[in-house]
Amino acid sequence: MYETTYHRASSVDDAAAAFAKGKDSKFLAGGQTLLPVMKQRLAAPSDVIDLSKIKDMIGIVPTNNGIEIKGATTHYDVAESSDVQKAIPGLAYLASVIGDPAVRYRGTIGGSLANNDPAADYPAAVLALNATVKTNKRTIPADDFFKGLFATALEDGEIITAVSFPVTAKSGYAKFRNPASRFALTAVFVARSPSGEVRVAAAGASQSGVMRVGAIESALTTNWSASALDNVKVSASGMLSDIHGTADYRANLVRVMAQRAVIAAG
Amino acid sequence: MGVEGIGASVVRKEDRRFITGKGRYVDDVKLVGMTYAHFIRSPHAHAKVKGIDSSAALKMPGVVAVLTGQQIVDDKVGNLICGWAITSKDGSPMKMGAWPAMAPETVRFVGQAVAVVIADTKNLAKDAAEAVVVDYEELPAVADVRSAIKPGAVQLHPEAPGNIIYDWHIGDEAATKDAFSKAANVVTLELTNNRLVPNAMEPRAAVADYDAAEEHYTLWTTSQNPHVARLVLSAFYNIAPEHKLRVIAPDVGGGFGSKIYIYPEEMVALWASKKVGRPVKWTGDRSEAFLTDAHGRDHISKAEMAFDKDNKILGLRVKTHANFGAYMSLFSSAVPTYLYATLLSGQYVIPAIYAEVVAVYTNTTPVDAYRGAGRPEASYLLERMMETAARQLKVDPAELRKTNFITQFPYQTPVIMAYDIGNFHASIDAAMKAIDYAGFPARKAKAKADGKLRGIGLSCYIEACGIAPSKAVGSLGAGVGLWESAEIRVNPVGTIEVLTGTHSHGQGHETAFAQIISERLGVPISQVSIVHGDTDKVQFGMGTYGSRSIAVGGAAIVKAMEKVEAKAKKIAAHALEASESDIVIENGEFKVTGTDKSIALPMVALAAYTAHNLPDGMEPGLKETAFYDPTNFTFPAGAYICELEVDPGTGKTSFVNFVAADDFGRLINPMIVEGQVHGGLAQGIGQALLEGVVYDGTGQLVTASFMDYSMPRADDLPSFKLSHTTTLCPGNPLGVKGCGEAGAIGASAAVINAITDAIGNNKLEMPATPDRVWHAIHG
Repeated sequence: MYETTYHRASSVDDAAAAFAKGKDSKFLAGGQTLLPVMKQRLAAPSDVIDLSKIKDMIGIVPTNNGIEIKGATTHYDVAESSDVQKAIPGLAYLASVIGDPAVRYRGTIGGSLANNDPAADYPAAVLALNATVKTNKRTIPADDFFKGLFATALEDGEIITAVSFPVTAKSGYAKFRNPASRFALTAVFVARSPSGEVRVAAAGASQSGVMRVGAIESALTTNWSASALDNVKVSASGMLSDIHGTADYRANLVRVMAQRAVIAAG
Repeated sequence: MGVEGIGASVVRKEDRRFITGKGRYVDDVKLVGMTYAHFIRSPHAHAKVKGIDSSAALKMPGVVAVLTGQQIVDDKVGNLICGWAITSKDGSPMKMGAWPAMAPETVRFVGQAVAVVIADTKNLAKDAAEAVVVDYEELPAVADVRSAIKPGAVQLHPEAPGNIIYDWHIGDEAATKDAFSKAANVVTLELTNNRLVPNAMEPRAAVADYDAAEEHYTLWTTSQNPHVARLVLSAFYNIAPEHKLRVIAPDVGGGFGSKIYIYPEEMVALWASKKVGRPVKWTGDRSEAFLTDAHGRDHISKAEMAFDKDNKILGLRVKTHANFGAYMSLFSSAVPTYLYATLLSGQYVIPAIYAEVVAVYTNTTPVDAYRGAGRPEASYLLERMMETAARQLKVDPAELRKTNFITQFPYQTPVIMAYDIGNFHASIDAAMKAIDYAGFPARKAKAKADGKLRGIGLSCYIEACGIAPSKAVGSLGAGVGLWESAEIRVNPVGTIEVLTGTHSHGQGHETAFAQIISERLGVPISQVSIVHGDTDKVQFGMGTYGSRSIAVGGAAIVKAMEKVEAKAKKIAAHALEASESDIVIENGEFKVTGTDKSIALPMVALAAYTAHNLPDGMEPGLKETAFYDPTNFTFPAGAYICELEVDPGTGKTSFVNFVAADDFGRLINPMIVEGQVHGGLAQGIGQALLEGVVYDGTGQLVTASFMDYSMPRADDLPSFKLSHTTTLCPGNPLGVKGCGEAGAIGASAAVINAITDAIGNNKLEMPATPDRVWHAIHG
């Protein structure tokens, strides 16, 4: 690791100010990506600003029309939250299968979304649940937030303070793990709103990062059942292909994981 | 059997220090004035080193030196050697390219060191390494065997035209041809044995300390065989004469073969410690382990088996290409020849065998022995062949094996090995009973109704352990003898130290070897210490690999014990005024048989050292040494059966059951044996389902971290059902065979046979990842 200056921010404003002062600052949330990358000498931030101890950024708050999860809330807290389990069971389940226990105790929802690893779990939930990302500057709808592999709508120095999830009628998540890294080789989140709108998002599959799957959304809108997807064709075009899974394999997994997510959602 | 004697599942003595963090590993060694080495490694698979500019690095804080490959050549440090000479079919010796510890002119694999930075701290060494500018001229690279042997392929070494190291054969070509001409059926199979990264938990490390006053070096290193390391460093690398070089291998966190070899880093650390006049430490990181620890396996083979009309095997023909990587590692040449092709008879009567092995250079990490070393490759080939044949001949795979089992011992195979004893029917019957083989079709039908593809696969392995009679291996080209030594010191107070030339890096020697002493003397194992891993303490030994420690090292301990007992009995008889022949040893006492007269071991020991009242002419002391040279290999064998389900939607495999029935001869500590089998099975299953090295076309290692190289984890594995059938090995005094590698040798074929049975497609290579299995199902 290269030398760096560590700041423990006491508030969101304090964090933003410290970030602006540094020459090449990075926010540290749960550190589950940034720290390994720094240890490998693949990143050399001048300043690391720790968001994880900011009281206002931790917690889960039920709202009038859903649930709000503060940006530095850990995966463990989301998985264990009875509010989340009740309102959006698929989301609580998703949080319970991120990484391993050590990752879940440290990793945060804001950190995961800001990093937008194509194989991460949260982006699929945020997109399928039509959530809103709140920052210290604005609110960003899920459909506008994700901009490709490791890219988001966040500007330099912008902090995710919370994510707001609307109530949902059905939610389910199914992940097929990469045998080596245990990240999602392909994972699918399915959601149906109280008004009947179906949104389906897949992680780990597309070269463009987390994506909605139109063919599956329309099939499930007509008939919310796993068998409705038996003959749905998911195109392999634009899918990732690597030593762990070819594009056509991933396209198949999108359909199969969607079926399993529907079964999980009930 | 005493409570701590042979056959008792005693808790391991060494585990207390390991699980409380008190183990002492090489990286725990800290010396005054110690410096840290960081190697500068080639990012290219094949390149000329045009120049190294270290001027900026030398000006950086804490930098002591930057040393290059040219300096190591100038100082006449020897090139790395390969210790087993193989002769090609045409009588020519193997063609070995030069391997300097750091490359002065040409790099031939990604990760090969070209220079080393020595600095006050590890971080400063890394900082300075980034400032060293190496001017490379990239050359075309070849990363796989098929490309390397094509005409016109880039040449790695001028010594090896066509990139071929040797083209070797074994067996009777004419007799095999004749067998095939009489065949009613011929079964053919082409397969790959995937390359693996050993990934011991502790990475390699070295601490080198040169004492200018004594002109003496000390090396702490992660070695499975410190005496061989000293011999090679001294005799071939010109580091120092043996009496001026002490090698210590303290606690070592796993080896699996990868820590047998003497690597460039240890040599450089020793050489550098004299050059800079300070101790030098190098501790590899995981990335360096992926790039530079000797890899394992990597064969492509074509096999044909001839059967008569009654499904009896008539002959076997095998052609194998073995990828050696960029250089010949220490024992690399023996692995695909005498440790592989000599096991191609398996458990079967095969009247004629002919095997050819071509060894090939590529621009990849060197390949050498890895848990099983050649025998997993032989067993995988043969057991997939038997399963393939059963399907083609439309007979039950268990029946086909039984039809061809060797039942008379000793049995001379057509490929050197002479099996001393075994009972293959007993193993397969035990395994079939344990898994309810007869009930499988009903279980398969039920799984089908649930949408799952269920399969069952057998693997009946035999392997050769306890390498081996020194004269025999010498005649086959080995550069060393493979005996073992033991020294037993009974101290004046009756405690016992056993010095062994084997080395424990996870095997539990400190417990199992003490149990042998406990069995013979009736003393608790707490009174016995096992001393190993230090050339200043143990006179000499050949180390631990090839499951040889108990069969060869244990036998040496027994031999030394016999001498100790003989002398102690003389002392006891003298003290008790009895005849020596009437003395028996029970529960730590020397008794006059049929009387109540006895003398305890500590009193015998004290008498030996006070020497006040010894028999006339007897030397004082109670310490004996023995060297044991084995009479033959030992032949552990067994039957593994795997039952699993494949999810047709994802291609993912889930275990239903995995049973193992092994014959290891006598078990010293059944709990340790069980642990060894579990570990071996995990690695065999890892090879079958998860692990596989991938290089891209330019020689870059794609699977260079755990993000892409898939190691087996606990939840990837079933709960194994283990059992034992026993035939005692007649070749050594303990009746033991060795158990360290069996799981890794037998498991892979059982898993792949089960998957191919489940999916109804025999065209499947390891690792059988979900992606591969799904494609094999759906085309």
